[in-house]
Amino acid sequence: MSKTIIPFGPQHPVLPEPVHLKLTLEDEVITEAIPAFGFVHRGLEKLAEIRDFHQMIYVVERICGICSMIHAMCYCQGIEELMGIEVPPRARFLRVIWSELHRIHSHLLWLGLFADSFGFESLFMQCWKIREKILDIDEATTGNRIIISVCVIGGMRKDISPEHVNWILSELKDVEREIKRLETTIMTDYTVMKRTVGKGVLTGKQAYELGLVGPTLRASGIAQDMRMLGYAAFNEINFEPVVETDGDCYARCKVRFRETLQSIDLIRQAIAKLPEGELAVKAKGRPEGEVISRVEQPRGEVFYYIKANGKKNLERLRVRTPTFANVPALLAMLPGMWLSDVPVIVLSIDPCISCTER
Amino acid sequence: MFEMTPTIMRNFIGKRATRRYPYVVRPAFENARGVIYNDIRSCTFCGVCAAKCPSQCITVDKKAATWSCNPSACVYCGVCAESCLSGSLQQKCDYRKPVQEKEVIFLRGEINNNHNIPMAMKNE
Amino acid sequence: MIEHVVSISLENVVGETAKMKVEGYRFVTLSCVEIDETTVDILYHFDKDFQLKHLRLTAPKDSPVPSISPVYFAAFLVENEIQDLFGIRFQGLAIDYDRTLYLEEEVKKTPFCKYVVIKTKPPL
Repeated sequence: MSKTIIPFGPQHPVLPEPVHLKLTLEDEVITEAIPAFGFVHRGLEKLAEIRDFHQMIYVVERICGICSMIHAMCYCQGIEELMGIEVPPRARFLRVIWSELHRIHSHLLWLGLFADSFGFESLFMQCWKIREKILDIDEATTGNRIIISVCVIGGMRKDISPEHVNWILSELKDVEREIKRLETTIMTDYTVMKRTVGKGVLTGKQAYELGLVGPTLRASGIAQDMRMLGYAAFNEINFEPVVETDGDCYARCKVRFRETLQSIDLIRQAIAKLPEGELAVKAKGRPEGEVISRVEQPRGEVFYYIKANGKKNLERLRVRTPTFANVPALLAMLPGMWLSDVPVIVLSIDPCISCTER
Repeated sequence: MFEMTPTIMRNFIGKRATRRYPYVVRPAFENARGVIYNDIRSCTFCGVCAAKCPSQCITVDKKAATWSCNPSACVYCGVCAESCLSGSLQQKCDYRKPVQEKEVIFLRGEINNNHNIPMAMKNE
Repeated sequence: MIEHVVSISLENVVGETAKMKVEGYRFVTLSCVEIDETTVDILYHFDKDFQLKHLRLTAPKDSPVPSISPVYFAAFLVENEIQDLFGIRFQGLAIDYDRTLYLEEEVKKTPFCKYVVIKTKPPL
């Protein structure tokens, strides 16, 4: 049978960001998929050479436009470990609150895009409508909608006032109610089931060997969530990773949907336990040595390797973002699938290309 | 089959989710990070803002007593206003309006010898 | 402050990583750090039950490093990245982009090396 090569992307209606896939097809069935990158490579790691280690917080935040605060938190954690700084408890709980807010809005954004990938426009709009409430919380408490710039080395820059706490809790109640209304649609709707069940199946063993992270791995039945490491204040609140066992697009969708609701619960727990106290301790001196810092982003584990030599600028900053680890999953999932399933499968790993290329 | 229908009906009869933007403008949140405003009369030209800015959009010339900022390069993180020693640099909560041409904010203050000492130290 | 670091050499890169795979480690990533004009450090990071283990390879810049992508397929992407940014060549890559993963074909520079090395011909 003759082979056809179809270029998918970098500009494609379902892709939120530019990634190119070279698909080799036999009839309508994919036999091989080769990704190509390089459309949004910015070389942000190199900026560590000319920006000092305090300024780098704002640079690493701009690696990703969705989970920006979590990048900054991971970076600050690494530098704090190098300098031996103990973060005050209130700052640790605030980090949990804002990182979980980011997780909610990232998952809602993804649910919308995922619905869009199989043509469910009204679900897409509804998810983004709910997401707007979370962005309003971010804006009211920090001043910015997404790149909230609240982390500094040694703590936080902004605080949540008691009035804001009450308002956040009431807004979260609305958000939870609205998300739960979508539960039957996402879990049982004919359109959703038809397009996602049994598509792009990865077994647990496959997923682990490919080094996948985050919801993509947890949907294959492996309970691996970096929040179990207990960074920030996750060791003081009740947390269980969300796991599904089917390993298909539907399972990934369920994992992310349940995580959204779980994050609301985590924020409530963190707010209930929010201790009084100072926000930040002063960071004196300069970092020296090598360190590895890992946290859980909405898309999975983010990995920072920092090498400092006691100077103003870091010697090396290396970031391994979750999508970078999840791209090999595409190469394993796509062969054998139909061309019409490609958008759904590509979207199911929640690709963030500007993260991947940095 | 029709799980989404109640939500759609609710949206149909409920309140609008969007605003008719140019006619209806939502007031900015109280501590939103908006435009940077420098009160040049109290500026000491110490250059802390320029040194701390992560996007390096501020340039300060102490000798000529000038302060300039490129708002198109600014990332609105608010570090400069937070670290200002004399309190002349402030961040307002209103967002910057879109412009057709890029412009640089250029301010010239008085050259004053007292300004060589930062405000915080002068008080002691 | 990195714990569990094992030093390896060019000869036993593949052997050591294969051992890690047998022990049930998950591949995390590779980090490349430039040491001086002629050598780089490549760190291989592995994870098992939230415990990280690292292999440290100090390799000369001009000789190719054996690729571990036949063992851990996921490594092909990061090896291609290092190939692009540092100019280190990897031998036996599962998918070789030949320094075009991020860069254009005509780019001969190695952008992440502080001491710029111009690659006239790939040493493969």
